Amino acid sequence: MSATDDRAGRATDTPSAKGGNVEGPTASAATAEGPGKASNASRGNAGGPILETRGIVKRFVKKLDLAGRIAARLGSSDRDVVVHAVDGVDLAIQPGEVVGLVGESGCGKSTLGRVIAGILPPTQGSVHYGGQDRATMSAREERDARLAVQMIFQDPFASLNPRHRVERIIAEAPLFHGLIDKAEARDFTQGIMRQVGLDPEFMRRYPHQFSGGQRSRIGIARALAVKPSFLVCDEAIAALDVSIQAQVLNLFMDLRADLDLTYLFISHDLGVVQHIADRVVIMYLGRVVEVAPADELFASANHPYAQALLAEVPRLDQRKRVFQPIKGEIPSPIDPPSGCHFHPRCPHAGPRCARDVPALKEIAPQRLAACHLNDGGVTV
Amino acid sequence: MTQAASGSTTSAAQASLTQPSVAQGASVKPSDAPTLEVEALATHFFTKSGVVRAVDGVSFEVRAGEILGLVGESGSGKSVSGFSILGLVDPPGRIVSGAIRFQGEDLVTATSERMRALRGNRIAMIFQDPMMTLNPVLRVDTQMIETVRAHTACSKAEAEDLALSALQQVGIPAPADRLRAYPHELSGGMRQRVAIAIAFLNKPDLIIADEPTTALDVTIQAQIIHEAQTLCRQTGTALIWITHDLAVVAAMADRVAVMYAGRIVETGTTDEVIDEPLHPYTKGLIGSVPSHNKRGERLAQIPGMTPSLTNLPPGCAFAPRCPSADVACAVEPEARELAPGRFVRCVHASAEEGLA
Repeated sequence: MSATDDRAGRATDTPSAKGGNVEGPTASAATAEGPGKASNASRGNAGGPILETRGIVKRFVKKLDLAGRIAARLGSSDRDVVVHAVDGVDLAIQPGEVVGLVGESGCGKSTLGRVIAGILPPTQGSVHYGGQDRATMSAREERDARLAVQMIFQDPFASLNPRHRVERIIAEAPLFHGLIDKAEARDFTQGIMRQVGLDPEFMRRYPHQFSGGQRSRIGIARALAVKPSFLVCDEAIAALDVSIQAQVLNLFMDLRADLDLTYLFISHDLGVVQHIADRVVIMYLGRVVEVAPADELFASANHPYAQALLAEVPRLDQRKRVFQPIKGEIPSPIDPPSGCHFHPRCPHAGPRCARDVPALKEIAPQRLAACHLNDGGVTV
Repeated sequence: MTQAASGSTTSAAQASLTQPSVAQGASVKPSDAPTLEVEALATHFFTKSGVVRAVDGVSFEVRAGEILGLVGESGSGKSVSGFSILGLVDPPGRIVSGAIRFQGEDLVTATSERMRALRGNRIAMIFQDPMMTLNPVLRVDTQMIETVRAHTACSKAEAEDLALSALQQVGIPAPADRLRAYPHELSGGMRQRVAIAIAFLNKPDLIIADEPTTALDVTIQAQIIHEAQTLCRQTGTALIWITHDLAVVAAMADRVAVMYAGRIVETGTTDEVIDEPLHPYTKGLIGSVPSHNKRGERLAQIPGMTPSLTNLPPGCAFAPRCPSADVACAVEPEARELAPGRFVRCVHASAEEGLA
């Protein structure tokens, strides 16, 4: 099944799947196999991507309780609540690239990050690392592939175990996986701490003895300890003060140069993404609406949602501006709008937008957008 | 001096408690007298590990219809300044010195009855987390009607009409349905708009907004800034917008005050402060904002971190992180007025050097 076939298939079967129980590994196994290579070559990527997602779907199902099931059987309208967090995302990331993943809260960007990092299993679709599907790897290969993709979390307070000393937080994973032995642990930890700009003297301290900026450095050190080649940064600097944000952003850029890292940088802060990312992916309600090199996106966004989003970023050099907000709010992913998810808020929407799901199509080299305006208009 | 409630009856008693509030705020008065004047305010917290000088000699003023951006990082004392104005500082904290004059009336020495009459009526506050401002077990209409009837003698139906129009004003779709909703049934952006509607209900003369959009998405933030701007311009309400986000301030404020370690280090119009920052801390902050810099280049970071407020070293609090610090910085710098309304607390700052 090629990527485009996949999307067409999803568009038709999503409505029927909504009511039923769709959570489960069987669905992902069915789509895991398949010669998807051909369609991806047409993306115009040179060399193989380090990480690739194919048709990732993630749904969270809240099942009816017993009373609800009985009521449903007796004809009540209660059904399982299905949250369509991620709805068919194809994404290929080249080695050494920094990809910014942008969207409003509830658009599925964090869920996608967690699926890519292997923390959540996808409902459908597959994650390929180094060209190989993670679900079909041998146990050993899969372990290596998972270690190679590490995640840095938003909250530097909640993501560190308060009862562990820094040395244990950093060295636990590499010791467990046999990357280092006990004798080396001390030197190893000190080396990593120096690398992220922490004083190695502090290795016996607990997380609460550090400031927010230092704690996020500990989180970065922990991720780096297993020698990853790919980092998923989920709002990694959102909780920090502006001056500390700059320090951590600089650290990310230094590490990229020193260690040849590839980043998926998830953020709602477009200023930060513009600064650090080579390529930007914009999500809306579980779907990718636009992919473009950062310069081109910020110069001229194609999708109406991307345009509106960029227009609303407050910037230092724009004073006393009158904001022209997008009307409405992001709809609930429990019951997303038909057709193009953005159509109820879109200034250009026509009858076709409520009916057909727009495909993510190449509109220029390296640029993809999912909007009917690029493809025959909205009135057809 | 300290706790106002200690029975001082000077200015508080003179102002009568029953003001015809609704009529008063409605007209926009471009008066020269500032709505709020804060003078050498000091709020300290007396903890076991020492005195935390959260706010230490802060002075600023806001006029009717003006938006003042109060900018600073966490721990700079910007929120405590806001709480002090409303008399919301709890022990072990207290206002140790300074004056807060609201329309000429000193709030530091005001009785708690007088403060109750002002709060939610003439002075309103919008907090960062709307879930903390709204009572989770009361419907939106109950809370809004309560706010109106606490300060104005009117019937429930009249109060409900006011509530309905306030919700409409902040751009809430289907306001009649939302009135019947509980806070948990609303999204974050919607809740914050309800909080803003409640703040504007009695058409106050002063609103203190403490990081009201920090937890929200850009699109919702844009809507809320838009609504706050329009409401201020229409009703002539003075607005203090407390935030750590310089870009938000640049987009909406008339004047900016930058706080560091309990003091205001720089004040001026938005254009002056952002285009020609004079204090090294302001320069550092502006350099740290990613969108302002060229893509992919290293950001100009401020070394070190915000100092602990318990044992601030003598002299300039920013000196340990400052690139241009020298012996002169060992003495606490005074706020100097380099141009009308343009204050800087740095011995090295001069008006000519601004652009350099």
